[in-house]
Formats: sequence, C-alpha cells, structure tokens
Amino acid sequence: MNAIHHETQNRAANGPVAAALLACGFGCFALGVLVVAADGSKRFAATLNFYNPSGSLSGVTTVAIVAWLVAWAVLAHLWKNKAVALRTIDTAAFLLLALGLLLTFPPFGDLLLGR
Amino acid sequence: MEITQRELITAIHGMLFGGFFLMAIFGAIVMLLEGRRGTSEWPLSRWQMVYLIAMVAIGWAAVLSGTYLIYPWYRAVAPAGADLALYPKFLLTAHPSTAGWHNFGMEWKEHIAWIAPMTMTMVAWVMLRHRTVWNADRAIRAAVLGFAATAFLAAAIAGGWGAMINKAAPVRGGNTIRLMRSAP
Repeated sequence: MNAIHHETQNRAANGPVAAALLACGFGCFALGVLVVAADGSKRFAATLNFYNPSGSLSGVTTVAIVAWLVAWAVLAHLWKNKAVALRTIDTAAFLLLALGLLLTFPPFGDLLLGR
Repeated sequence: MEITQRELITAIHGMLFGGFFLMAIFGAIVMLLEGRRGTSEWPLSRWQMVYLIAMVAIGWAAVLSGTYLIYPWYRAVAPAGADLALYPKFLLTAHPSTAGWHNFGMEWKEHIAWIAPMTMTMVAWVMLRHRTVWNADRAIRAAVLGFAATAFLAAAIAGGWGAMINKAAPVRGGNTIRLMRSAP
C-alpha cells in the first residue's frame, strides 16, 4: 500500500476519488462474478434468494452493492488525505469495470460455465 | 381508455425512471465535458447539484422498481392451464422463436442495469464532493468521464432490451385503471 501512495504535500489529495473509482470497478466486477456463480450453481443461487419473488437476482445485486460500499468505505479510509498513483488505480478500476460488463453478458458467462 | 396497475407501474419504471435516467446520464456527460478543461475552478450551480442528486435517485428508483416490483410479475410461475399472456417469462420461453428475448435479453438486462446507478453515484459523488481534485487532475477527469460513458452504455442496453421485451410480452394484470372515458 505504501508503495503506491504518499502523504499529500502540495498537490490535491486524490485518494478519496481514486478510492471511489476503484471501489466502483470492484463493485461491478463483484456483480459479474456473482451473476456467473449464481447461474452456474443452483445451490449458490438458492443461497442468494433473499427475496423469493425476485429469486437470486435479489441476492446477487444486494451482495454486489454491499461489496461495492464496503470496498469504498475501506479504501476511502485508507487513502484519506493521500495522493495515490492514479495511473495504476485507473487501470485496475477500468479493468474491473470491463470484466464486470463482460461477465454480465450471458454468452460469456455460458462460455465460462462450459455450456 | 384503460390501463392495468402492472402496466402503469411498468411504464413508470421504464419510461419515467429508466428513460429519464438515460437522458440524465447524457446530460451529466455534457456537463462533465463542459468542465473537463479544468483550467480554472469550475463551480457547480445549485441546479446542477440538484440535477446530479435527482439523476442518482431516479437511477436507483429504476433498478429497485425493476427488481422488486416488475421482475416478480414477469417471472411468476404460470399454473397449469393458465393464460400465458399474464406470465411474460413463460410466454416467451414457451416458443423457440421468442425464447431468446428471455434467455439472452432479460438475462443480460436484469444484471447490467445495476452497473449504471452504481457508476453514476460515484460520478455524482466526485462532482459534488471533490471538484478540487477534478479541476486539478486531468487523469481524474478522463477516468470519471469514462465511467459515466460506461454507465450510459449500461443504461441504454438495459432500457433498450426492456422496451423490446415488454413489446414482445407485456407485463399485465392487476386492477384496471380508467384513464379516460371513451367516446360511445
């Protein structure tokens, strides 16, 4: 963690914004992973059936939102008043966002599940 | 002229929340592009702040109403011998020529839709709370714009599929609401 950030001196602290970007990417990625996992396992889908009329969609989205908000809170706490190496964070955030989008695309999920 | 309760709520979900959210994201992207130079302090006016908060609120209203109000009606299990017109998922999957609307369209739409409000919440939060960083850092501006563009894509995919699926198998049922007395 110390390798990618340092205490802010003259430049604006971009840590909170970097935390928001990375957490958002992570939340989207978590959503994608949960979508494929619930699609591939009836048992896991049943575990995520938080609200029966909506089925596993209720749990998939609730857990993804919780993962996003927890990641955001933790990163925002860690990077508060800090300036971070934004290029690395940006790359990671966009990679996670792209993977999240890809995992929600049904043919890609089917491919991963060997269908 | 009549509409059923479920049709009305579906219209509010898709046309009011979903449609306005999609347009609001586009408006927010234009707003972000206006402030992307970051050469000087870029203050947001009061109405721009209200706009961003309203955009986020209708985005969440769209996905929450879709998941917890419309989707249960859409996926309800049809009893044996029931009129499938009241059970859209079963109506679509009953025939190979329409099954793709559910197996591909709805499966994609119901998940990708959630990416848009998550992303636009982050975008609005950056604009409302961290404009100093926005003004100071070009990389931040590019990243936030990239996420906003992705949210637009996600909302457009969800909205587009939603409209087409509801055209192929409308969500119907519930009490009938008379909107206007028809001429004899």
